[in-house]
Order: sequence, then structure tokens, then C-alpha cells
Amino acid sequence: MRLNDLAIDVEPLPGAMPVYRASAAPAELRALCETARARGARLVSLWGSDESPRGKGYALHLALALRAGLLWLTVALPRQRPGYPGIAGIFPSADRMQRAAHDLLGIEPQGEAGRRKWLRHGAWPAGVFPLRKDFAAESRFALAGDHYEFVKVEGEGVHEIPVGPVHAGTIEPGHFRFSIVGEKILRLEERLGYKHKGVEKRFEGMALEEGARLAGRVSGDSTVAYAWAYAMAAEAATQTEPPRRSLVLRGILLELERIANHLGDLGYLGNDVALSFGFFQFWRLKEDLLRLNARLFGHRYLMDSVVPGGAARDLARSEGDALLAVLGNIEREAGTLRSIYDEHAGAQDRFIMTGQVLPALAERMGLTGFAGRASGVAHDLRADYPVPPWQQLEPRVASHTRGDVAARASVRFDELAESVRLVRELVRQLPPGEIRVPLAACEAGRTGIGWVESWRGEVLIALDAADDGRIYRLHPHDPSWQNWPLIERAVLGNIVPDFPLINKSFNLSYSGHDL
Amino acid sequence: MYQLLKQIVTTGIVTEPAPHADSALRQLEQRLSETILKHLGRALAIRHVDAGSCNGCELEIHATNSPYYNLEALGIKFVASPRHADLLLVTGPVSRNMEQALRRTYDATPEPKLVVAIGDCGCTGGVFGESYASCGRVANVIPVDVAVPGCPPPPTAIMQGILTAISARRS
Ligand code: SF4
Repeated sequence: MRLNDLAIDVEPLPGAMPVYRASAAPAELRALCETARARGARLVSLWGSDESPRGKGYALHLALALRAGLLWLTVALPRQRPGYPGIAGIFPSADRMQRAAHDLLGIEPQGEAGRRKWLRHGAWPAGVFPLRKDFAAESRFALAGDHYEFVKVEGEGVHEIPVGPVHAGTIEPGHFRFSIVGEKILRLEERLGYKHKGVEKRFEGMALEEGARLAGRVSGDSTVAYAWAYAMAAEAATQTEPPRRSLVLRGILLELERIANHLGDLGYLGNDVALSFGFFQFWRLKEDLLRLNARLFGHRYLMDSVVPGGAARDLARSEGDALLAVLGNIEREAGTLRSIYDEHAGAQDRFIMTGQVLPALAERMGLTGFAGRASGVAHDLRADYPVPPWQQLEPRVASHTRGDVAARASVRFDELAESVRLVRELVRQLPPGEIRVPLAACEAGRTGIGWVESWRGEVLIALDAADDGRIYRLHPHDPSWQNWPLIERAVLGNIVPDFPLINKSFNLSYSGHDL
Repeated sequence: MYQLLKQIVTTGIVTEPAPHADSALRQLEQRLSETILKHLGRALAIRHVDAGSCNGCELEIHATNSPYYNLEALGIKFVASPRHADLLLVTGPVSRNMEQALRRTYDATPEPKLVVAIGDCGCTGGVFGESYASCGRVANVIPVDVAVPGCPPPPTAIMQGILTAISARRS
């Protein structure tokens, strides 16, 4: 079949989301990307695979979001000197992903700067590539010096402040290098990869059922989204139809995850502007929800609640009522807290015009998720591709255009309220029936895509399964890949003490990015 | 302002036991603050090091500061430098990219120091295990006094782990 947007032959893939597969030659890649970009396509993810056990070379993979659905584009690369024309000039978010694919697999973007290493620090040497099939996962190399060139900012009165990887508070490790004049930030350069723990290599060879636990721990705060994306990919590859009741349950779980994260971060935003009242209030509400999660679903963060083939726990009618009662209270109190935040001059003074990402920049750089929606990028998978259980619910896409801390807070408040509405509808709609079916057998070479709107943004799982129902290659993608580079831009001209506030207003994942 | 005050008044004090009575937790809190006083005579200073977690364990460490648990009120504070720390709270399997940073943090922490490894990953390497990129459990990299299992361990278990570490401390 032809995809109108791109004039390219595609093959629809089975699965819950509209997904199309196509291949292209390296020489066609840039022109295809340019056309896609001109038609409003977004780059969702970029990764690579070693195809040598299948008698081929390597492959570069792109996931592009088009109006019709997701295009999974594969570019075959030769065994010797595997390279391809880089696309970061077309999709800026490709830069770090290309560098990561080179660090892990040795496939090289050509014709572009930005071939600095990214995920490789000192744990394995240059020229060694962990995601090649002849690389043994348990290989160990002596820690080598981690030489990395930061961009130097010269000028009178310019100071450099290096921060991290270990931070003062309880946050994930990463390195931030600020160049400042006085208190003003002239430049920020991020260095990530500290949490790289070999997640993609670990997936290889796992049985499909077994991989679910690991998928749910790619980024712990988005465990439902990842587990659902994983299940969706495994179900697509095996052509298993999860029961309708389980899809509604998954919808409930995903929205509970969104509510819990928004509550926590809204609390921290208060904390960061010396409104500790806000922290205590929001964290009280969050704790109420976590305890209810534990009671109803057996886990405070809902880990392992979504499983391939369905859901692990059912929700009885009385439990659904209990859930709605707690959510009703959260909705009411969050409404009150919103007007308190809105009227608090001190908080608003710190929130407004701080950490701004304007819509044009957001669109060009590919800002995604709620942060994108706060900067005028009005995408939300639940609304863009309303597959079950979203079909009849018409999820409302929150949006804002100022792109500052206040806008991101406002979008979170809106989404919190919308999630409560969605859960209410979903609980009402729970159809009767079973909640889990066994995964069907997986035929050789089957693939599947899972694509889910997590609280942070779109999570993607691309699965390529081998003959025996085991994972040949699995690539998990976190929306933080797109958003991290925008923090470097959002802080420009702001003062250093506002960095924690700006950072928290995005709250990006390190683990999901570093893999 | 009126709304803010009203919200404070209507919320009241939610630190356990009310409104979710949990006497085990109550006892834990008392013992924790007593033990801290007995062994340190001042607040316990904790430095958290995320050595490669999935961030799930961090969520529960954050939750210990929520009003239901209110760890800080028990005489525990999180400090910004290892030089001021009595205890390191370490999460995750130790990624090889964090191995050196963790060692350095440990070395910079003055003696006598305590290390509490948090979560299944901290205890055994968890789902991530050992590989080219992961050293596995925390004890593979630095000496560990107490390891708290769970994925992630709930706030009460984390508090229990801290309590166990300080009460077992040889003075
Ligand atoms: S123990 Fe569980 S929650 Fe904690 S870091 Fe490991 S996988 Fe994440």
C-alpha cells in the first residue's frame, strides 16, 4: 500500500496502533526525512540493529509519527563500514540518538558534526560495540578515563560551574555544565549516560513474557506506560488480542500514573519557590493515591499490573467506587490548590516567564509530551489515534503557548483534572469478561510496536522477535530524548538558582534515556 | 491568602497515625528518633546516591518526606555533600558509569560511615543484574551495612533500614 503523506510503499503491521513498515536505501533517507518533515512528521525514535546472524549487515531504524500513524522505516546498512547520511539537520532530536546508536552499535551518521560519544563513558572502549551480536553481555573492561570535550564559552567575566553527576537532592545522576556571567546562565551543556546499565542488551534472548518485568523498570515513574507499550508490542508480534476489559483497566492504570506524577511534581514546584505548603498538600494527596493503588492493585506504583495478554489484577465494582471516591477528593483539593498557586504572588513571580520554550523552537526541536503541549505542540497519542480504550472518550488535549514554568504547571493541572474524568468514564465503562489471555506463539521474524502516551510524553517499544519466541532486539524509547536538549535552551538568560525549578517543571528521565 | 490558611486548617496534621492509623509505623517513628538521639545526639545526615536505579526507589525516598512519614521531623536530614553525611543511602544496581562516582562519594564520607543499599537492585542487582554496564549489587562496589529489599521498598521499609543501620552501629 502507499502512504499518501510520503509517496512510499508501506506494509501495515498488525497491532493496537496504526503502524506501517517500510524500507529505504541510505541514499533515499534524507530526501524521505525532508518530505516527512515538510508534511509535519515528528521523529519519535532512532535506533540500530545488528542483522549479521540473519546473513545481513546492520540496520538503522526510524520511527516517524505521521497523521496516518507510525511509520517504522528501516535502512539496511553494509557489514563493512556501516554508515548513513545523518538526519540531525532535519530532525534536531536525532543528534543524540545517532551518537548513542554509534556508541552501542558502531553505525555512523555521515556528513554531520556531532559524532562525539554520548552514552559511552569509560565502561567500554572506543571500537567496541555492546549491541553487536558477537559482543557478550557479561564482557568487562577496565574502567578507562572518560575524556569528553565540553564546549568552552570564552569572554570577560564568564565562569563555568560543573554540577553532578551526584546531586545535592534525591535526583538521578547527570552532569550539567553552566557558563555564567554574574548569576545569568549563558550556556548549559548536559552530559548524560551515567545510568546506562545495559537494558537493551539485557532484553536480547529473553522470552516475551519474561521481558515485561524489565520493560516496567526502564523508567520507574512511567512503569505503566512502558509495561503497556511492551504488552502492545508483544501482542502485535504474536497477534494476540487482549480482552476488552483489560484495555479499559490499562487505561485506568495509565491515568492513575499520570495523576500521581503530576501531583508529586506540582508539590515540588511549590517547594522550589519556598511554598512548602504546596509540597505537603500535594504529597498528602499523592500518598493517598499510592496507598489506594497498593490496596486495589497490589503495588503503590502499579508495577507489573499491565502484562502481555491483558492485566494482572481486576477491579471489582466496589473497588471502582472506592477509587472514584478518593479521586473525587483529589480533584476537589487539587482545584483548591490550583487557585492558591494562581493567587500566590511569590510563586507566580517565579513561575511566569521562567524557563521559557517558545512554540516555534519547541516545534523545530520536537519537544514532546506535556512540556510540548505547554509550548503549543498539541499532540497527544490518546487524542491523535483514539484506539480502544480512548475511542469514545474524546480525551481533551491540554494546551498552552507561553512555554514557561507556569504554562507547564497549568497544563499539568488541566491534565490532572482530565485524567480524573477519564478514569471516571473508564470505571463506568468496564465491560464484563476476562482480563488476561495467554500470548499466542510467535512466528519467526515477527515485529511489533507499542506506543503509549505516558504522563511525560510518548513512550515507544519496538520489538523484533526471533524464531523461538525470544527477543532478538528490543528498543525502548523515552520522550526525555526529545526534551533534554530543550532544557539547555529553556535556561538561557535565567539565573542559576532557577535551574532546579525549571528542571523540575520538565522532570525528565535519566534512566529511561541512559538505558 | 485566606484560601491558603483555610486549607492548612482543614487539613490539620496528617502525620501518622491519623488519619490512616498504623501503630507499627508510629512505633517505628518513635524508635527512629530515639535511636538517632541516642547514637548521634543530633540530626542524622543522609546523602543519597542514585548509582543507576530505574528511579522507582527514588520515588519512595521522596515519599518518606511526605507529611504521612515526615522523615525530616524525626531528626533526619538529607545533605548536599558527602563530607557532612553520616549515612549513604544508595539505590540501583551500580552502573559502571557511576562506579567511580560512588566510590569517590564513599571515600569522601567521614568515618564512621554507614551504607544502606535500597531496593532489590541495591541488594542483588535486581532485574538489571551484572553486565558490561552494570556492577550489580551495591556491595560489589562499596561495603554495605544494611540492604533493604523491595521493588521499590515502601517508605516504612526504608525507614526501618535506616533505623537498623544506626542501631547496629558500634559506637
Ligand atoms: S529495586 Fe525496583 S524500583 Fe528500585 S531501582 Fe530496582 S527496579 Fe527500580
